[in-house]
Amino acid sequence: MKLTGAEILIECLKREGVKTIFALPGGVVLKIFDMLHQQKDIEVVLTRHEQGAGHMAEGYAKATGKAGVCLVTSGPGMTNVITALADAYMDSVPLVCFSGQVPTSLIGNDAFQEADNVGLSRPCTKYNFLVKNVADLATTIKEAFYIATTGRPGPVLVDIPKDVSMDKAEFTYPSSVSIRSYNPVYEGNKWQIKQAAEAMTKAKKPVLYVGGGVIFSGASQELMELAELTHMPVDMTLMGLGAFPGEHPQSMGMLGMHGTYWANMAMHYSDLVVAIGARFDDRVTGKVSEFCPHAKVIHIDIDPTSIRKNVNVDIPIVGDCKTVLRELIQILRATVNGDQRELRKPWWNQIREWQQANPLAYQQEADGPIKPQHVIKRLYELTKDRDPIVSTDVGQHQMWAAQYFKLAKPNRWLTSGGLGTMGFGFPAAMGAQAAFPGRLVLCIAGDGSIQMNMQEMATAVVHKLPVKIIVLNNRFHGMVRQWQDLFYEGRYASSYLETTPDFVKLAEAYGAVGLRASKPSEIDAVLKEAIAVNKPVIVDVPTYPYENVYPMIPAGGCNHEMILEDPPALKNKQSGAGQMAPKDSDTILTA
Amino acid sequence: MEHIISVTVENKFGSLSRVAGLFSGRGFNIESLSVAPTLDPSMSQMTIVTSGDERIIEQIVKQLNKLIDVIKVVDLNESDFVSRETALIKVHTRPEDRAEALRIADIFRANVIDSTPATYTIEVTGDPQKIGAIINLLQPLGIKELTRTGRVAVARESIRSTGVQAKKVARE
Repeated sequence: MKLTGAEILIECLKREGVKTIFALPGGVVLKIFDMLHQQKDIEVVLTRHEQGAGHMAEGYAKATGKAGVCLVTSGPGMTNVITALADAYMDSVPLVCFSGQVPTSLIGNDAFQEADNVGLSRPCTKYNFLVKNVADLATTIKEAFYIATTGRPGPVLVDIPKDVSMDKAEFTYPSSVSIRSYNPVYEGNKWQIKQAAEAMTKAKKPVLYVGGGVIFSGASQELMELAELTHMPVDMTLMGLGAFPGEHPQSMGMLGMHGTYWANMAMHYSDLVVAIGARFDDRVTGKVSEFCPHAKVIHIDIDPTSIRKNVNVDIPIVGDCKTVLRELIQILRATVNGDQRELRKPWWNQIREWQQANPLAYQQEADGPIKPQHVIKRLYELTKDRDPIVSTDVGQHQMWAAQYFKLAKPNRWLTSGGLGTMGFGFPAAMGAQAAFPGRLVLCIAGDGSIQMNMQEMATAVVHKLPVKIIVLNNRFHGMVRQWQDLFYEGRYASSYLETTPDFVKLAEAYGAVGLRASKPSEIDAVLKEAIAVNKPVIVDVPTYPYENVYPMIPAGGCNHEMILEDPPALKNKQSGAGQMAPKDSDTILTA
Repeated sequence: MEHIISVTVENKFGSLSRVAGLFSGRGFNIESLSVAPTLDPSMSQMTIVTSGDERIIEQIVKQLNKLIDVIKVVDLNESDFVSRETALIKVHTRPEDRAEALRIADIFRANVIDSTPATYTIEVTGDPQKIGAIINLLQPLGIKELTRTGRVAVARESIRSTGVQAKKVARE
């Protein structure tokens, strides 16, 4: 039977097991929306902005491990979703984005709402397609899902001109895909794996440095086995949080610019770094020439370009983390006997010393201003038994969340790592909530970043996505303010927000629930109340505006040279008159 | 160091812009690039002349391989190769210069492929040094227009592998 392009698209989505798509209509995709309207298998979450649709699809993908799907119109619809595509590309999130295009006969004529979608998205997608003939649509969609979810995952764009969505073609969905120029390598080189195993048994001061690749490959179980077998400490990147349980005695927490003191010290003084599904980002390496100066480097990654891109690697292994770790474990089981624990005892003694010397710390006075770290710590304590999914925006609150919210399992942590996209957190949380309606989904945000996609509150209310947003409200772009304090002599150029909406009223205006904790003593009760509500909630928590994130490795600095607390000049300034201090009356528009 | 990279890509819409975009997006250098379909019309052959240290060339090769449309990447500098470039040179020729222009063309085994009373268009093929040399000699006459193809290159066959190739062909 012949189907229209729009019907073919829907049939393909069903075959791919897609239950939810995040979408916003427009002229050239009306046929597709019309068809979506007449079916029941796929839920359409109508977002208020295409960027929201993209991030929701990302949140959905990160929480489920499956490809997220969004659908946008041509022109501005496409340009609006680009931020989400670029974000997904940096963080290897499997995404299939369908964009509308003007009819094929008008392409290139500067038609109304025309944009070169393929050209615009080329540098921020893993691949993209322009479908010029409806007969190619089904095969293209199959290939799009295949490319998005295999190898190193990433976003794929399928651009569908209006006439292609209306033309008819015989529908057959290919059962398999073969692309001659695309054959990701999953099996690691056996000889290299053997070399790696040998280096790992010999190392006295090794570190496992694990990233998001472990999560996408579903290799957490294998990582646990490997870590316990070899008794190695586990440093996690921002994207790797959750790959290894945060409370496990071998967990070192996050490494990098705002990583823990001991995670970074261990990297610097290690004699073997085993990178698994991580890419030696500059926020991790700091000054490359002084990165892990004493260590041999093993790098396991499915993307060959990640290897030796930033740092030299002694034993490169191109392959899927799960497959390679399994082989490694097999070899190590045969060669490692009980002596690993003994061999690494001095190393662990050193690490415990580092942990005691500079633990993560903050001072919360009972009647003083609320410290943001304290809010996250309480949120963690109050929710950890419910196995929540946690999203963040980007900035100080994100780093504190990474430090204090310890994740037990993978696919619980939704954050924008590579691109650092403010406004990511709330829609990502909604995407995860759409995938798991019964789960507790938390969004930790700042007052600056939450306003970047605030409009999606309408979507959350309509689609009953009871995300709990905790706004750490310091009236600043906090991370910018921190850098200005440390590197720009405290000149707060455009970092002070001057006026912030009353988030409680704002939530209520959307038909959601707004709560506020104004004193440390109110935090627990308010958080509990928020968690108990089966509606989207904004919890506004005014916090101490000058709190800084430590430890900190200044950009381009060396990993063992961390700033551990505010420098004396800064402390004096904060305790003094503080003429820059925002007055509460300026900033919180209370009733 | 200069490297010549031979890239086999899908002969379809957008392949060239993906390769070109990779070079510009990552700050890699392109000195010349030539593209044409192969014997199999579904594929195109690109010859890219680029430069960089070992690490950059390694990244270029890896990044090219990562592009979905790229079928095969060979860094020709890893073995011996032959390369050629063609230039079309339109020279002004006053009556007293016409013989000189022809003599220069002859020395370089170049062909005159178009002629007017006041110009010759000379086609010359060779390595970049040879083309540079003929341009230098023709310049005093006055070069009106110059267009170059950019280099194309193939790996040199070793005697042994040629034998294997011959056998394979014979069996087929």
